[in-house]
Amino acid sequence: MTGENRKTAAARYGMTIDVDRCNGCGSCMVACAVENNVPPAAAGVTDRTGLTWIRVFRIDNGADGADRRSAFVPVLCQHCGKDAPCVSVCPQQAVDVDPATGIVGQMPERCLGCRYCMAACPYHARYFNWWDPAWPAGMEKTLNPDVAPRMRGVVEKCNFCHGRWHAAKAKAAANGKVEIDPADYIPACVEACPSGAIHFGNLNDPSTEAARGARQANSFRMLESLGTDPKIHYQSRKAWVREISSAPRPGRENARG
Amino acid sequence: MVKQLDKEFITRGVRRCSTPRFVLWLTPWVALLIFGAYCAGLCLVKGLNQTNMDNRYAFGLWIFVDLTIIALGAGAFFTGFLLYILKFKELKAVINSAVVIGVVCYSGAMAALMVDVGQPLRAWFTFWYPNVHSMLTEVTFCISCYLTVLLIEYLPILLKNRKLRDIPAFLVFEFELHKLIYVLAGVGTFLSFFHQGSLGGLYGVLRGRPFAFREGILVWPSTFFLFIISAAAVGPSFLICTTWLVEKISGKRLAKDRVFDLLARISGILLSVYVLAKTIDTLIWINRTSPSLGFTASQYYDWKPFGTWILFAEIVVCGLVPALILLTPRLRAQRAWLIPAAAVACCGVALNRYVQTVQTMALPTLSFDKFLTYTPSWQETGTFLGVLAYGVLVYSFSFRYFQIFPEERELKIEVRPQQEEEPALAGRF
Repeated sequence: MTGENRKTAAARYGMTIDVDRCNGCGSCMVACAVENNVPPAAAGVTDRTGLTWIRVFRIDNGADGADRRSAFVPVLCQHCGKDAPCVSVCPQQAVDVDPATGIVGQMPERCLGCRYCMAACPYHARYFNWWDPAWPAGMEKTLNPDVAPRMRGVVEKCNFCHGRWHAAKAKAAANGKVEIDPADYIPACVEACPSGAIHFGNLNDPSTEAARGARQANSFRMLESLGTDPKIHYQSRKAWVREISSAPRPGRENARG
Repeated sequence: MVKQLDKEFITRGVRRCSTPRFVLWLTPWVALLIFGAYCAGLCLVKGLNQTNMDNRYAFGLWIFVDLTIIALGAGAFFTGFLLYILKFKELKAVINSAVVIGVVCYSGAMAALMVDVGQPLRAWFTFWYPNVHSMLTEVTFCISCYLTVLLIEYLPILLKNRKLRDIPAFLVFEFELHKLIYVLAGVGTFLSFFHQGSLGGLYGVLRGRPFAFREGILVWPSTFFLFIISAAAVGPSFLICTTWLVEKISGKRLAKDRVFDLLARISGILLSVYVLAKTIDTLIWINRTSPSLGFTASQYYDWKPFGTWILFAEIVVCGLVPALILLTPRLRAQRAWLIPAAAVACCGVALNRYVQTVQTMALPTLSFDKFLTYTPSWQETGTFLGVLAYGVLVYSFSFRYFQIFPEERELKIEVRPQQEEEPALAGRF
């Protein structure tokens, strides 16, 4: 923890995602990849070996014909609470929870690539670099200079656009402030969502849209029964959508996005 | 000249096959080792995209193999513990073989792990930035230390070689090492108990995977203790199987019946304890642990092919049945019962490790996730076969040039009249 962080009240950054508003366009996925220098898929990549820090799943209610209803659920690292399953398992402390922000961080430079954290994550929100990162000729000019690309053989995941967090802190410091302006720190997926389905903010601050959304009666968290205390809250008026928060039931599996 | 040199290294008083026959035996294993090294090289140079693992199936064949061979190699520490600490003197007849098996299993597992991780050159980070809360840290520390202990324990076997004994310095060194054997056995036992346990804890602590998660006793999940007991139970069984197999291949008697009997009795007792502990653990998991995490245990077995049959096979067919056979003096006295029972017990521990690794990865945790399947790629399979070939080669060389069964000479004298009638039974190693 830095000296600067000690002077500020600990934040607990999180999101509220309105599933009813998500139309599955995938803008969040594209924006995330561009912001975080996620390389284009190499030849041979499948939906199980690609890098998608945020991924939109299509789900349905299991009914047939006219009764069938679909919805889209963006899934990213749920930034679990203090006892995040991935943190305690990493043998070389490459994963941590920042006490100042509550963000679960990943240090690719220290990662051994053992993938134990991936096995531990119930949300399957961690991704391994199975291939060397490569961009087509000329496209490397579009890389974000604030984010280091990761090498082959390490794990990566959503970090709530850590580059933007650093930029917001630097801006606040330049202005002689300790606290960042919430308007300066908005992850790329939130910014890109055309239907305004994703809200981001400090969940400890009741005035933020994210905190208000998390308190709604129709809000839920994925697999809350596991006690992982995730900071991604979903909301939906539809009861069958809210059922996705519970454990899977064989024979009622839905299609993946 | 090669033949002469080969002959000079063979232990006095024992018979080994001719040099060309030994070379013939080695050839396919060397070929397999070269193929395995090529496969491992592909994974190291081109990356783990050469495997069929993926973001959901993050652990595959190699982790299953690692967990299994380390359990089977447990005979090394457990036999050492029984011989040097608990003074079961009969086990002197197989301790060297147990050490060779231990060296093979642990070094093979380490080699497979080095290929399995994405950044093998960063392996030292675990020692430099250890996360003391991670079971994998405990595994890494204990396995590295125990492999070192095993290699030191292997040295006296190597230095007792007929030719190497001609060098006085080696003789002195071997003598000094031998004085340390009790300390080494104690340290080895301590380290082994811990890493067998931490391998069990590896999955038992995964709160996000309710199929694998188990409640704790002190700071360890119950699988920590189950892995220790199961490894100690099948270690002697694997020793029975390998000794019998080497006897069959070489056409020689290598250990007396009472050694087999003792190993079987120990294995049977520990297997019974394991079956009881595993049953209690499963009942607690079904009725308390899993439901408390929001998952009913029955749902895990609705995803085919992992029906309840796998639980039955693990506890009853590969646990209780061999335990009863190994505990019955009349049955374990007959090889026709003893060897299948010991082999089934080994299969049982392999099945348990398979369930912990593969089934855990296959089962979905999110409600909209699918049940997944995985088939290892030829590069993964080749690397595994390379480890197998390495094991066979190390054991073959050790059997040919070192005295890994001290009772062999004594037994040779006992069976000499019969051997003279049947010269065709001369060894292949």
